[in-house]
Amino acid sequence: MPKFQGVDYYDIDSLLSEEELLVRNTVREFVDENVIPIIEKHNRAGTFPMELVGKMAALGLFGSTLPAQYGCAEMNNVAYGLVMQELERGDSSVRSFASVQSALVMYPIFRYGSETQKDHWLPKLAKGEKIGCFGLTEPDYGSDPGGMITRAVETSDGYILNGAKMWITNGTLADVAVIWAKLDGVVHGFLVEKGTKGFSAPEMKGKHSLRASVTSELILEDVYIPKKNRLPGGSGLKLPLSCLSQARYGIAWGTVGAAMGCYETALNYAKTRIQFDKPIAAFQLIQMRLVHMVTEITKAQLLCLQLGRLKDAGKVRFQQISMAKRNNAYHALEIAREARSILGANGILDEYPVMRHSANLESVMTYEGTHEMHTLIVGEDITGIPAYT
Amino acid sequence: MKIAVCINHVPDTETKIKVGADNVNIDKTGVNYMLSPYDEFAVEEALRIREKFTGDVTVLSLGGDAHKETLRKALAMGVEKAVLLKDDSVRDSNGVAKALAEELRQMSPDVILFGKQSIDYDNAQVGTLVAEMLGLPSVAVVVKLDIQEGKVVCDREIEGGHEIVETKLPAVFLAQKGLNEPRYPSLKGIMAAKSKPIEEKPAAPAEVQVQTIHLKKPPAKGSGKILSTDDSAVSELIRLLREEAKVI
Repeated sequence: MPKFQGVDYYDIDSLLSEEELLVRNTVREFVDENVIPIIEKHNRAGTFPMELVGKMAALGLFGSTLPAQYGCAEMNNVAYGLVMQELERGDSSVRSFASVQSALVMYPIFRYGSETQKDHWLPKLAKGEKIGCFGLTEPDYGSDPGGMITRAVETSDGYILNGAKMWITNGTLADVAVIWAKLDGVVHGFLVEKGTKGFSAPEMKGKHSLRASVTSELILEDVYIPKKNRLPGGSGLKLPLSCLSQARYGIAWGTVGAAMGCYETALNYAKTRIQFDKPIAAFQLIQMRLVHMVTEITKAQLLCLQLGRLKDAGKVRFQQISMAKRNNAYHALEIAREARSILGANGILDEYPVMRHSANLESVMTYEGTHEMHTLIVGEDITGIPAYT
Repeated sequence: MKIAVCINHVPDTETKIKVGADNVNIDKTGVNYMLSPYDEFAVEEALRIREKFTGDVTVLSLGGDAHKETLRKALAMGVEKAVLLKDDSVRDSNGVAKALAEELRQMSPDVILFGKQSIDYDNAQVGTLVAEMLGLPSVAVVVKLDIQEGKVVCDREIEGGHEIVETKLPAVFLAQKGLNEPRYPSLKGIMAAKSKPIEEKPAAPAEVQVQTIHLKKPPAKGSGKILSTDDSAVSELIRLLREEAKVI
C-alpha cells in the first residue's frame, strides 16, 4: 500500500505551523500503517477494531486539546482537526470513536464535571483504559432533542433514571455513558457506569454504514446513580449542544479526509485504467469530475482551516461550525459517489475504499445534526427567522 | 550515557523525483521530505539506550533551514537536544563527514549513531568516514546492539548471514532495518518539542572532492507484453524467454 501523499492543490500546508504539520504527518503515517491494512476486514465483519484503542491512546489522540494535567497533549483546534481528517481517511468509524471519546465524553466531563469527576475519568479516558459514550438521541427525538423522554428523579442520596437512547456510538463498548435526562423538566448530564443495575447497552445490528463502529441502544430501567454522578457544571439543552459543536467541528475536518481518500483513489485509477487505448483520465468527462472533486476538497480544506483559526481565537460561532459540517459532509459524499462511478464496477469492491467511504458518509450526512438542520441553523443566522417549525 | 545521532532530511520515498533544469540537482518543487528511514532506526535506538542507561540524546543534521523539520521530528520522538550545522551548499560525503566530525569531536559522545546510509544519494560513506576522522571504531549495518559492562556486542548483517562483533565505547554504529521498530512521536511529544531549542551553528568548511556533473533518470520502462490466456501461452513464453530475452 503506497503512502498517502496528501491533496493540497492550494499549498494550504504553508498555512500550517511546524507542529500542526508534524501532528498531521504522524497521524497520516499511523493511519497508513495501522488502520488501512485492517479496516476492510472489520468493515466486512461488522466489528470495531479494538486493537487500535491502545495505539491511538499512546499517540495521544483522545482529548488531545485538553490540559496536560489530565495526560492530554493540549494541542490547538487546528491540530485536533487534522487528526480527525487523517483518521477519517482511514475510516469514519475510527474517527467517530475518537470524536466521541474526545468531544462527547472527555469534553463534557472537562467542561461541566466536578474536580473529582475530572480527576477520576479524564486520565483514564485519555489512556484508553476506559471508553465513553454520549447518550442524547432517543428513538423518537433526533433533530428535536429537547423533546427527550428520559427522566431523572431525585432521591435522598442520588437519582433514578428511566428512558431509552438510540444510535449511540461506542454504547456497548463504553465503561461510562454521559446520559442526558430531564430532572424537573430541565436537561442535566449524568455519568452512568457499565454494570449499573437496570442499565444495558445492546448493539444495533444490520447497518450498511459505519460497519466498523459499534452503534447501540442504551436502556435505563430504574437505574440508581449516586449524587456525585451528576455533572454539576450547568443545566439545559445548551450543555449537550455545546458538546455537539465540538464533535461537529471534528466532523467538518474528518469528511475532508474521507474525500481525499476517495479522490486519490479515483485519480490513480483514472490514470491507469485503459479504455479505447488510453487512460480514462484522458477523457474530458472524467477530467471534469476529477476537477470538481479536487476543487470541492480545496474549498472544504479552507473552510476547516479558517474555522479552526476562529476556534483557536475563541471567536467561532456554532452557526459557522454548522456551515462547515453541512458543506463538507455533503461534498464528501458527493465525491465518494463520483469516485465510485469513475472506478466503474471496481468501485463496488472492497479492494478499493470508495464504496465503504460512500456508505459511511451517508451516516455522517445525518448524524451530529442532519444536513437539513444545519441548513436551518445557518438560515436562521442570516435571516434572523427560525424556520424549524 | 551521552548519545549523538546524525540524521538527514531526504525526499520522501514515495515522492516523484524530477531532475532540475541544471541537470545537476533535483527539482525540489512539490517534493515532500522526511527523516531518512535508516536514521529513524538510529534515533529510536538512541532513545532505547538512554531509557536503559539514562543520559541524553542529541541529534545533528547538516543542511539548510528545511532540516529543522526533521530535527523537530526527532525532538518530538523524545530526543533532548538538536543541532543544525548550517550549510546551504551541496557537499560530497567527505564534506558532510568533516563538518559532523568537527562538531562530534567537541561533544565527545559515548555512542554515535547513524543510519547505514541516507536514502538520497545512497553513498553509505558518512558514518564510517566520521568514525575514521575521530579515530573511533565503527560497526556498520547493525541489526542488534547490546551495550554491556565494558563492551558492546553487535549483530550485523552480511551477505547471506550475520556477523557478531564486539567493540568498546566510544564507538560509531550504523543502523540497519530490523534494529528496532521506531516509535511514532506522540502528540504530547510534538507539543513538548516546541520548547526544545534547535541550536544553529555554521558548519565547518570543507573542500569539494567529488562533484556531481550530471543527474539522469533511469530509462523509461517499456510496456509489457500479454500473451494469450490459454495453455498456448506457456510454450510461447518459453520461446520468447529463449529467443528474445535469451535468459534461458
